[in-house]
Amino acid sequence: MYRLPLGQWVSQGVDWLLNHYGPGFDAFSGTAGMVIQGLRSVLTASPWWLIVLVIAILAWRSGGRKLTFGSILGLLLIYDLRLWSAFIDTLVLVLISAFVSIIIGIPLGILAAHGKYLRRVILPVLDIMQTMPSFVYLIPALMFFGLGTVPAVFATVVFAMPPVIRLTDLGIRQVPVDLVEVGEAFGSTPGQMLWKIELPLALPTIMAGVNQTMMLSLSMVVIAAMIGAGGFGQGVLSGISQMDIGKGFENGLAVVILAMILDRVTQGLTRTERR
Amino acid sequence: MSENLEVKLEVKELVKVFGSQPGKAIAMLEQGVSQERILGATGQTVAVNDVSFSVRNGEIFVLMGLSGSGKSTILRCINRLIEPTSGRIVVDGKDITFLPRRELRSVRQKQLGMVFQQFALLPQRTVLQNTVYGLEVRGVGKDDREKKARKTLNLVGLSGWENSYPDNLSGGMKQRVGLARALTNDPAILLMDEAFSALDPLIRQEMQDELLALQRHLNKTIVFITHDLQEALKLGDRIAFVREGTLVQVGTPREVIENPADDYVKRFIHAIVGEKGGATHVSLAVRPVG
Repeated sequence: MYRLPLGQWVSQGVDWLLNHYGPGFDAFSGTAGMVIQGLRSVLTASPWWLIVLVIAILAWRSGGRKLTFGSILGLLLIYDLRLWSAFIDTLVLVLISAFVSIIIGIPLGILAAHGKYLRRVILPVLDIMQTMPSFVYLIPALMFFGLGTVPAVFATVVFAMPPVIRLTDLGIRQVPVDLVEVGEAFGSTPGQMLWKIELPLALPTIMAGVNQTMMLSLSMVVIAAMIGAGGFGQGVLSGISQMDIGKGFENGLAVVILAMILDRVTQGLTRTERR
Repeated sequence: MSENLEVKLEVKELVKVFGSQPGKAIAMLEQGVSQERILGATGQTVAVNDVSFSVRNGEIFVLMGLSGSGKSTILRCINRLIEPTSGRIVVDGKDITFLPRRELRSVRQKQLGMVFQQFALLPQRTVLQNTVYGLEVRGVGKDDREKKARKTLNLVGLSGWENSYPDNLSGGMKQRVGLARALTNDPAILLMDEAFSALDPLIRQEMQDELLALQRHLNKTIVFITHDLQEALKLGDRIAFVREGTLVQVGTPREVIENPADDYVKRFIHAIVGEKGGATHVSLAVRPVG
């Protein structure tokens, strides 16, 4: 009986890429690694209270007293549990992943909103990105980028970027028809249309996508730790392997605290930006 | 009003077919097949069928008809928000039907203003920022465009509201912003798409009076869409009745009242005569000519 050699094709494809572009991937991985390492050193070198202060100010501006108080309390707990360096690692992973997702995702969302055919190509790819079990692409990611934070960011971006694309696309397509007509009737160029009408009106929806992306990247921290990303995920992993329930719980709780702070702050920033 | 006979806007043999095979529909139209049968046979909707009219400088030309009659489509063909399937649009003696995008934008920026039924203000912009939009798109400097916008806001009675957001304004005020936005560009032609239909009756009359007062010294060429005959009679120098994408009658208010061309026009007139109880009242509502 004939069997489609699908798996074989895929591994051959990966081999081919590695053979032909291996040095390119290495160079990319090296540079990206340096950028990530740079951000981490800056945050590690900063005094911990300064970082708490900055986050508290952001919380104050976006949410008010309750959020500020809660954020400070949560961060103090993380510091007290001796999880500060893990906190920095996880924060860096989430921020870099979100940044990459936004930089790639928003333009793709804009293109999808304007091109019917392009959307037909992009949407199924997003389905694959969100549902393909991440271990499947973790191994090739390791082969391309080596161990460490770079493949972790790659895997996180694959999983976490789709909401930015989907919600940018949705936000732009939801701009009321008569407002698009205003842009047209007053003779706007396509660029003016995008910057003066579509993006401002889609912004709350886009920010909801950014918020989702951050939440999804936090759900990847344990998997990211498996390929050497460090952070809370590593604590959870070693908690599991050592049957250390307490350690696992402490790290897990720290993830929840970070998630709540990021979620409330990004939601709050969306609200304040509308006025 | 002083009659200036110079033609400002011409719509010639305009046809708009919605669908994927407009050529088929046009061929059938030329053979005299009815719109209904074309829809049945080809699935093409003939929204506008052979409409021609010209509007003189300083004239208020009203397109009057029920919803779905095609009047909005005609209006949008004038500034090509909807591309005509065939026919010509001539603005100020210049045929703009096939103008490339860049030149079309310039015509829209300078010659054709538009006011929308649901106001269509940008919610994240203040009144002033909404009003400058046209000039901003044209690349006019900030001080310059804001100065002009303040002037038109003053003209429509909105001084002091420059920094409010549309959400905080009443319907009538929103439409004043919509009008100011169109006027700030100083276009010769204003396209008004059921501009007052979404307003309460009293506010609507107030806006009609104000439009007439403004028009006395602005002397714009206005194409005004409405489904309200009283509004048409009050505002229009001439009224065109639109039914199923064709013009059934074009004439001054007096002409259409005294001499309705068919039952469609008669029905409109009887509706308000019945309401007001006498033809004399209707003729009184007609704006005196000259």
